[in-house]
Amino acid sequence: MSEKLWSERQTATWRTNVGLAEMLKGGVIMDVVNAEQARIAEEAGAAAVMALERVPADIRADGGVARMSDPKMIEEIQEAVSIPVMAKCRIGHFMEARILEALGVDFIDESEVLTPADDRFHVFKNDFKVPFVCGCRDLGEALRRIGEGAVMIRTKGEAGTGDVIEAVRHMRTIQDGIKRLTGLPEAELMTEAKNLGAPYDLVVEIAKTGKLPVPNFSAGGVATPADASLMMHLGAESVFVGSGIFKSGDPAKRAKAIVESVTYYNDPKKLAEISRDLGEPMVGIGLSELREDQRLAKRGW
Amino acid sequence: MTKLIGVLALQGGFHKHVEALSRSGSRTKEVRTASDLKGLDGLLIPGGESTAIAKLLVNFGIIDPLLRRINSGMPVFGTCAGMILLSTEISGYDQFHLGCLDISVERNAYGRQLESFESETLISSLGQEPFRTIFIRAPKITRLGENVEVLGTYKGSEIFVRQDSILAASFHPELTDDLRVHEYFISML
Repeated sequence: MSEKLWSERQTATWRTNVGLAEMLKGGVIMDVVNAEQARIAEEAGAAAVMALERVPADIRADGGVARMSDPKMIEEIQEAVSIPVMAKCRIGHFMEARILEALGVDFIDESEVLTPADDRFHVFKNDFKVPFVCGCRDLGEALRRIGEGAVMIRTKGEAGTGDVIEAVRHMRTIQDGIKRLTGLPEAELMTEAKNLGAPYDLVVEIAKTGKLPVPNFSAGGVATPADASLMMHLGAESVFVGSGIFKSGDPAKRAKAIVESVTYYNDPKKLAEISRDLGEPMVGIGLSELREDQRLAKRGW
Repeated sequence: MTKLIGVLALQGGFHKHVEALSRSGSRTKEVRTASDLKGLDGLLIPGGESTAIAKLLVNFGIIDPLLRRINSGMPVFGTCAGMILLSTEISGYDQFHLGCLDISVERNAYGRQLESFESETLISSLGQEPFRTIFIRAPKITRLGENVEVLGTYKGSEIFVRQDSILAASFHPELTDDLRVHEYFISML
């Protein structure tokens, strides 16, 4: 076993990229499909925007293959706002990732919301200068993505549903996994790494530090300020909101309220005020209404 | 009594600053409301998105009490977005700022995240060991007021400045293990 922790052996690029993830903490990253929505998001106080052609709820409704967005649309959004602009590539589609990097996006989300391009391998993110965020459902999946070079992890939840139950399940599963590791004697960590399907050095680091070496945000199903504050209490350091804002009755108002709920997640009185009179939330789909093959979260290997 | 330093915790990299200040032996408090300002000996405004932080400052009535404290001499330290918020002018953007540090800044002056970088920089006010300066979508100072003292430069640009009890840095000392910048601020209290 090397003396230094895994995170202490990473490059300067890794450090500046984790640094950007640190700066997005306590904030909200909002899905937007055009420059006008991006401006509404920035005006509401979003910490970053995610440029994509269709929000997850529409991807579900429309069906077909969901791909990287048109560079023209991404550039229009980059022109429209001064906050970081993220964009999604398909799982394993390293050329979509290269194109997004060439466009100068600030973060790439290798996302299960798009149709996977590879059913065995994810993008080897260590080869890139641009930072990546990836989804996960449990600690093993999180550590595999970090091992490939992701500098931010987000729990997947179930995108495009407006049902927070999967986001809660995934966040609790990760936190339980971390807690479990910290109690284990060193002699058991190799078998634990095998069982988790995770890199051994990262398992050792979690066991020692009790936390992930990169920020852990929450995504998939957040539709209200109460949902966002719930995820913060469960250990999310920021929240991604996809369909929840622009599929609601009054996106500007709801966006601002969700931003405020992440800052004041520990202040129920303020949350009551923040949650007042926001108009209709997105209609949503209960998780139990989804067939197994309609679930996006299981994409990822 | 150990000094109590507030860290503005509306959005951004406040956790790392709390950790750095604690390691320097200070007591810390996360500041989210006007009443959280009571009893502070100093305040740190972290990096993050200056637009997001500014909106929360305005919407939750923190501006006036904060400016009263700064104007009555409470030391304040802004890093990156925090420096932008303290400045008197933000080139090209009509966004809220506190306007108490007499500098003009250009946001994202080095470019997007692909242009973020770190370097070993000699900052004489911190001693002879170089400081690992990490710049993330960093701002640049484009104009310096006459009462602003330059404490550090990188390739000819001012990156660490002070005006009386106001300290500002365009880089992120909280992302390194080096506590000298935080200790400099603590020495101002």
